[in-house]
Order: sequence, then structure tokens, then C-alpha cells
Amino acid sequence: MIQVIYRQLASKIPYLGLVILLTFTTSLTAQEGDPAKGKTLYNTNCAACHQLDRKMTGPALRNVEARLAEEQGLDREWLNKWIRNSAGLIKSGDAYANQIYNEYNQVAMTAFPQLSDQDISDILAYTAEPKAEPAPTPGPDTGGTGGQVEGGISNKLILGALAILFALLAIALVLVRQTLNRFAEEKGVEIAAQDKGLPIWKAFVKNQFLVLVSVIFLMLASAYFVYGYLSQIGVDQGYEPVQPIHYSHRIHAGENGIDCKYCHSSARVSKHSGIPSLNICMNCHKSIYQVAEETQQMGIDEYGVDYNAEIQKLYKAVGWDEDEQQYTGETQPVKWVRIHNLPDFAYFNHSQHVSVAGVQCQTCHGPVEEMEVMYQHAPLTMGWCINCHRETNVKVEDNAYYTKIHEQLSKKYGVDKLTAAQMGGLECGKCHY
Amino acid sequence: MVFASVVSCQKNSRPNYQFMPNMYEPVSYEAYQESDAFPGGVEAQLPAEGSIPRGDHMPFEIENTNAGYELAKATLQSPLDSTQIDSPRGGQLYDIYCGICHGRNGKGQGTLVKREKILGVPSYDDAGRAITAGSIYHTIYYGKNAMGSYANQLNEEERWQVVDYVLKLKADLEK
Repeated sequence: MIQVIYRQLASKIPYLGLVILLTFTTSLTAQEGDPAKGKTLYNTNCAACHQLDRKMTGPALRNVEARLAEEQGLDREWLNKWIRNSAGLIKSGDAYANQIYNEYNQVAMTAFPQLSDQDISDILAYTAEPKAEPAPTPGPDTGGTGGQVEGGISNKLILGALAILFALLAIALVLVRQTLNRFAEEKGVEIAAQDKGLPIWKAFVKNQFLVLVSVIFLMLASAYFVYGYLSQIGVDQGYEPVQPIHYSHRIHAGENGIDCKYCHSSARVSKHSGIPSLNICMNCHKSIYQVAEETQQMGIDEYGVDYNAEIQKLYKAVGWDEDEQQYTGETQPVKWVRIHNLPDFAYFNHSQHVSVAGVQCQTCHGPVEEMEVMYQHAPLTMGWCINCHRETNVKVEDNAYYTKIHEQLSKKYGVDKLTAAQMGGLECGKCHY
Repeated sequence: MVFASVVSCQKNSRPNYQFMPNMYEPVSYEAYQESDAFPGGVEAQLPAEGSIPRGDHMPFEIENTNAGYELAKATLQSPLDSTQIDSPRGGQLYDIYCGICHGRNGKGQGTLVKREKILGVPSYDDAGRAITAGSIYHTIYYGKNAMGSYANQLNEEERWQVVDYVLKLKADLEK
């Protein structure tokens, strides 16, 4: 009997092996997707609305296939249908499709009929990858700062050593003098007493010409300084206030190359170059909820700024609930500090300079794309305005508006190209009225 | 000496002082000024509900819903005729406001996408979306998914110029 049992078991083993082999091979074919390819596909097609670990326009997608299978009992077939035509699946009355559609405010997912089975496998393979552990604080970084501290110490050491050296030298000189004096005393050498003439100030007072010259010099020098002092009153060149939200033009306009007029759009069409309302920040920061790790590290190391905390300030001001991905409606204005401010009696129009004249923003505002903290680059004085009007040629090419007046005026002045001044850019009433 | 001491006292975090600033400071309200006269304490306010800007701007009647999007996609046409279309200007506006994400050629590979700041920007020739003039205008006006509204950066005429330019890029991509 026992033998028989053994025989039966033995005959079953190959079957068992086959079953195991089959399950493995099927599961292998099901997950055959290439995560690397999947990442590219995911970034081009899905990432607009989905993130892996965070709710966005659509749900988070980490392990979506496994989760769906476990929680809803939905298979790959359902996912394929949903991805290729979610609207069709909703219409067909599928329960879970309708549930998720309503849960996300009835935002319809774009159909992706162009994705093949292989593409979808790739994408799902990418979403099934385990979450990358946050990289441990890089070693070389701490080493770097250590090196800097060491550099500081060694500099101080060198300075200290120099100071001690000089002190020793001074002491040595004093000692040498003392010993020499003692030698002289012992040998009975008289040190010749110096001939005491008039004190220098008395000699100076006696020389009236010298007095006159130095008085004139003093007066001129003080006039120069007083003039310099008076003419900088009310000039805010270099003004660099602390803003309520630390906004880095260096990152936005410099590294990311966002056009000035993207945010300051009213500079094209209005007198003011407006401070962008926060919805313009949210055009990008809806998706960008934190900065790259190296940027964050650089902000803390070089500027002492926590960029991620600044983004949170924005969310608070605009009333954006990150978890729910919707606006709460509780907003509070941001009290930006105005930097460039002309006195009320001077008229300045941005659109005239930006759109008509085609002047680059940097001409007046300086290298904004390099400024971590915004400051006033130009003095914004009248002399500065006029200087530019005298030197700048008016852009008349392709501008029918100027054709006629340019012909007349260039004849009158006998020049090929007119400057803004010759077009009337120096007339008082252009700016003061 | 006085000058030197004054200069050394000047701090860049506060503005310089002014001499008799009576004519410096405006009597009227300035843009963005703080004032108790307005709700919220700021001079900058939204226009009253339902107000229409001067010029021949017509209010945009189609709603910000899926149905509205489909309606715009199917029916909405550009009011500009061929003489009013200014492609260079449309292109400039496109480069400022759209190109940073959608790329200069509309393939969805703008600077921000290449730097992996914003992901998933589709190409204009995407078959699943099959954009039309109406759907582009609707999307610029209201935004869609992660894209925000550009209604306050571009006026009606400029939006249609951009729509025309986008259609041109789409045609180029489909070649």
C-alpha cells in the first residue's frame, strides 16, 4: 500500500512541475513590458494628468494593475479598454469605470487608441516598479562644505601667523634700539639732538599762498561730495527689498528660460508691466509642487532659502489644496514690495517701449535672469532716460506707422537713422504733463 | 566724510529717502495699491460679473465642461479671415506663452518638458485628441487638465491668432 501511494505521488510530481512552470511563464509574459520604454511612453502620454505616488488630475498610478486586480478584480483586458477608450467604457455602463469617472469630477480621460498592447505592458511595467528610495545625503557634499570650512580656518591661521610675525619683528626692533642706546651711553657717544625748528602748523599758517590753495581745494572737494550726496536723494538704484515669497528670477527666467512676458504679460499692452496674478504661477506650479533635489540643496547652501517652503507659501496664498488637487477658495493677497517706481510727475508706458520700440527688458532692468533676489538695476533718473533716447535709433523697419514721419524727419536732420530724441523723445510734454 | 558715512548707512533692503516727495506720490490710486476703499484692501480688483471690455470683444458663451469642450470642438470657428491673420505675431505670442511647454514646433518638447519640470505635454498631431480650432480656443480660454487658462494673458484676437498658429504647426507635424 505504502508503495502505491509513493508511486501515485511520484507520478504527480511532473504534473505539479508543469503547473508551476506554466504559472510562471504566463506571469512572465504578462509582465514582459520594458519599464525603460514604459517611462518614455508614460512621460509623453500619461504624466500630464497622472503621477506615480500622488493624486493629480487623475489618480496615482503606482502598481495600478496589481491594485485593480486586488481591490476591484479587474484584469488587463479592462485596463486596455479603459486606456484606449475610457468614454466608451463609461457609456457601456461598467460599474467601476463610472465610479472612478464621478470620483474625479467627471474629467474625461483622453483616449489613447494609438497605444498597442506592448505599449500598455511597457507603461504598466514602469508603474509596477518599486518607489525609488530617496538618495542618502551625498557624501561629497558634506565633504565639500568641510573643505570650505577648512579653507576658512587655514586663511585665518595664515593671517594670525603673519600678525604674530610682525609683532615679533616690532618687538625685536625696539629691543635692538634699546641695546644700541645702552652701547652708546656706555661708550659716551653723544647722540646729536635734533635741531628744533618751527612746528609744522606754524610754518603752514605763515605761508599764506599754501593756505589759500588748500582752502580752495577743501571747498571744491566738499562741494563735490555735497553735490554727489544731493543728487542721489530719491534714487533707488540697487534697492533690493525682501519679498513676501522668495521668487527666484534666476531659476525661472534664467535656467528654465521662461520669457519675461509670460508672467508680465501686460507689459506688451499696457502702461504697467503687471505683477502676475497667482493663477499664472499655478499654470506651472499645479504640477511642480517641489523643486529638484539639487536645486533645493543649492538654495539652502548658497542663498539660505527653502524653495519648497516658498512653493507652499504660494499654495497657501492662492488657496490650493494639494491633497485634494482643487482650490479651497480661501485666498489671501501677497504683499509684494514694489521696487521700480517712477515719481508721479513722470509718465512711463511699458507697451510703448516693449511692443513698439522692441526694447529688451534687460536694457532697463539689467540681467534679471541672473538675479536670485530682484533689485533695481538702473537709476531711473531723467538723465538716464534722456541718454538712452539720444543714443537709440528708432526701429522703423516693417512699421508702416513710422514710414512717413521718418521720411520727413530724416530729410530735416540729414541723417539715415533717427534717434528717439529726434523723433521728439526729448520734448518735456512727452513725459511730464 | 559725511558722504562716506551716509553711503555706508544706506541699506539696499529699504528705499532711499526722498526730498519733499509731494509731487512724487500720486493723488489717484496706483495699480496694486493698498486701500481700505476696496474689498480685500487692494486696489487691483476683478471686473464686475458680466462686464464686457471695450472694443468688439464678445463674451465667450461656451461653458467650461466636457460638453462645452465637445461643442466648441465641433462648432466653434475662428472669426478672423485670411487678411486678419498675422502669422508672425501669432508665432511670437505662441513662443512666449505656449512654446515653453509645447515646444517651438508643437511636438510637446518645450524647455520645461526637456528639463523634466512638466511632463506629459502631448504633440498637436495626437490622434486621440484630434484638436480643432474650436477645441484649441476652448483650451486656451479655460485650460484643460494640468494646463491653466490663458484668458488673462491673451485677449480674444490674440487667442485666435495663436489658434491659427497652432493649427499651422499641427498641419506641419502631420505632413
